[in-house]
Amino acid sequence: MSPINNNQEVVLDVRDLQTYFKTDAGIVKAVDGVSFTLRKGQTLGIVGESGSGKSVTNLSIMRLIPSPPGKVVGGQALFEGEDILALDEKEMRKIRGNKISMIFQDPMTSLNPFLRISTQMIETIRLHNKGLTRKEALERSIEMLRLVGIPSAEKRVTNYPHQFSGGMRQRVMIAMALSCNAEILIADEPTTALDVTIQAQILELINKLSEQMGTSVILITHDLGVVAGMCDEVCVMYAGKIVEKAETEKLYAFPAHPYTEGLIRSVPRMNTTKKGERLYSIEGQPPNVIDLPPCCPFHPRCPKVMDVCRVAYPPITDLGGGHEVACWLYNSEEEKAAALKEAQA
Amino acid sequence: MKQPILQVRDLKQHFPITTGMFFQRQVGSIRAVDGISFDVYEGETLGIVGESGCGKSTAVRSISQLYKPTSGSVIFNGLELTTADPKTMLLARRDIQMIFQDPYASLNPRMTVRSIIAEPLVIYNRRHLLDPALTTLQIEHRVEELMERVGLSKAFKNRYPHEFSGGQRQRIGIARALALNPKIILADEPVSALDVSIQSQILNLLGDLQKEFGLTYLFIAHDLAVIQHISTRVAVMYLGKIVEISEAVNLYDNPLHPYTVALLSAAPIPDPVVERDRQRIILTGDVPSPDQERFGCYFYDRCPKRMPWCSNHIPPMFKRAENHEVACWLYDDERDYHDVSMEEAEADAKLHA
Repeated sequence: MSPINNNQEVVLDVRDLQTYFKTDAGIVKAVDGVSFTLRKGQTLGIVGESGSGKSVTNLSIMRLIPSPPGKVVGGQALFEGEDILALDEKEMRKIRGNKISMIFQDPMTSLNPFLRISTQMIETIRLHNKGLTRKEALERSIEMLRLVGIPSAEKRVTNYPHQFSGGMRQRVMIAMALSCNAEILIADEPTTALDVTIQAQILELINKLSEQMGTSVILITHDLGVVAGMCDEVCVMYAGKIVEKAETEKLYAFPAHPYTEGLIRSVPRMNTTKKGERLYSIEGQPPNVIDLPPCCPFHPRCPKVMDVCRVAYPPITDLGGGHEVACWLYNSEEEKAAALKEAQA
Repeated sequence: MKQPILQVRDLKQHFPITTGMFFQRQVGSIRAVDGISFDVYEGETLGIVGESGCGKSTAVRSISQLYKPTSGSVIFNGLELTTADPKTMLLARRDIQMIFQDPYASLNPRMTVRSIIAEPLVIYNRRHLLDPALTTLQIEHRVEELMERVGLSKAFKNRYPHEFSGGQRQRIGIARALALNPKIILADEPVSALDVSIQSQILNLLGDLQKEFGLTYLFIAHDLAVIQHISTRVAVMYLGKIVEISEAVNLYDNPLHPYTVALLSAAPIPDPVVERDRQRIILTGDVPSPDQERFGCYFYDRCPKRMPWCSNHIPPMFKRAENHEVACWLYDDERDYHDVSMEEAEADAKLHA
């Protein structure tokens, strides 16, 4: 972890991203107005429970949303001053993999089981570095596999994916993602399918590589422990919106949104939780995101719910130092009254 | 002195690897569980923790006789289960119930919640094994009572599993397990498929039920924080063996086995202040395949503290304190193996072979 340096240049600026899915039951607003910035060398965490829209956010940036039924209906993602959401497919291909690459959650299904690792890696490398011969690309693959810690890489490179264990497959995925010296690495739950000891290896690897190469990382996870160890800044997502954004240490020490607070308190901890003590728990279920009314989506589960929460979505309040929260608790009485009045009208 | 409700002795579960299309020759075996022994006392929670493939799920399935164990003994309430006839087994199963990991796969999608929860009652009632026998109406009341107890509205009893979320389905599974008033519940990763906020609801529910009904749990999980939270004692498994077993508190404050130490240091803690200064022991390599017989310590390949002696001597359980046992040669009080050379170790192993 490196301290956030606000002078570092912004590599990715996502503004008011909206991705909707059309279903028979109605429109699912999977991502509804998400904004964040990613600086050079920074690791940004996106946390949330299943269905909160964290994966869809990043698939939208990568332009990998299957359409139909999905569609990015609004917003911008500025990368090197260009809105990548507006690029055509041909131009996007030059960025995808080359400048922004992605590691997927499931290493078992993201590699082609019929092709050797070498074939898959050479294909990727040559696609993005047109001048390279097959031999050079093979050498590059071996070098990358060695970098991610695969023993006897020159032999293993000709193996098929099934000959690798889960952790090693995830290393291969990382090697492929890094083989083009991407500026941004999006890791979508990179360790969820792995055991803790292997998880520690992979996270250490991502950390080391991002430090060495200055890569910016977006880490999507549901695991608050992983975030604590890896990220400089965290966005907490709930029902398609970012409800809180802060530096990691601030977020854990002073969670502002009741959801964040509940989430942090409901995880049992090895170091402090007392035996037999009841865990804090957020009652109820996450909302169905089909046709959500314009209220705070967390209000049915919120212990601090007020009248205004039931009728209007809270604006984003800056608590200082980049700590932002979307919760009515941090607005003045006048603002709340005005919102209530407007909703009733 | 508390009496153990469940005693497991040298339990082994090997699965054959066969080859050939017609004459299935056995060419080897997967040693999923390779000799584990422990006691579970009434009213406690024994947690079993380990990485995927270490045999923890197989262990509970062998204990509940869903698999026929290769060898060893499982004694429940003084009754030997491995050799029990079907009739005795049926009686024993009334007291041993399971909760499964995947709430999507463990409920029959064609049955309503009512019939899922009532099924164990109906089965035992029909065979006249319930005392007193229940009428259909009583079963109905019992189902409603169970649903309310696990936090489901009884108005949902005619719904099908797909209409529920993961956490609610897990509650259905828990209600089904409670239906016959069991003495022990074997829970196989009951919270690992759930979101954090739902996970804490289910853990609290399991804790409440234990207090209310005096249940004993054998609780499996791979999440160390969850295990520490719920368990009285913890057994750590690696490659089909128990490497350390102790009171939960001792294990976390004073882990002895190098594997336990590594496992605890690898588990992320949701606190950035702690995480920043933490020293991790990163184990190299992967868990080896359990398809061959081992003559040395099962953790030898990845152990940061291995000695030549460990490569060809299987460590027994060394008792380090009341309720704290560890299978590692580092803790043999009688001898220090650090300066035993590979040649000497091999010679000694041959001598005793």
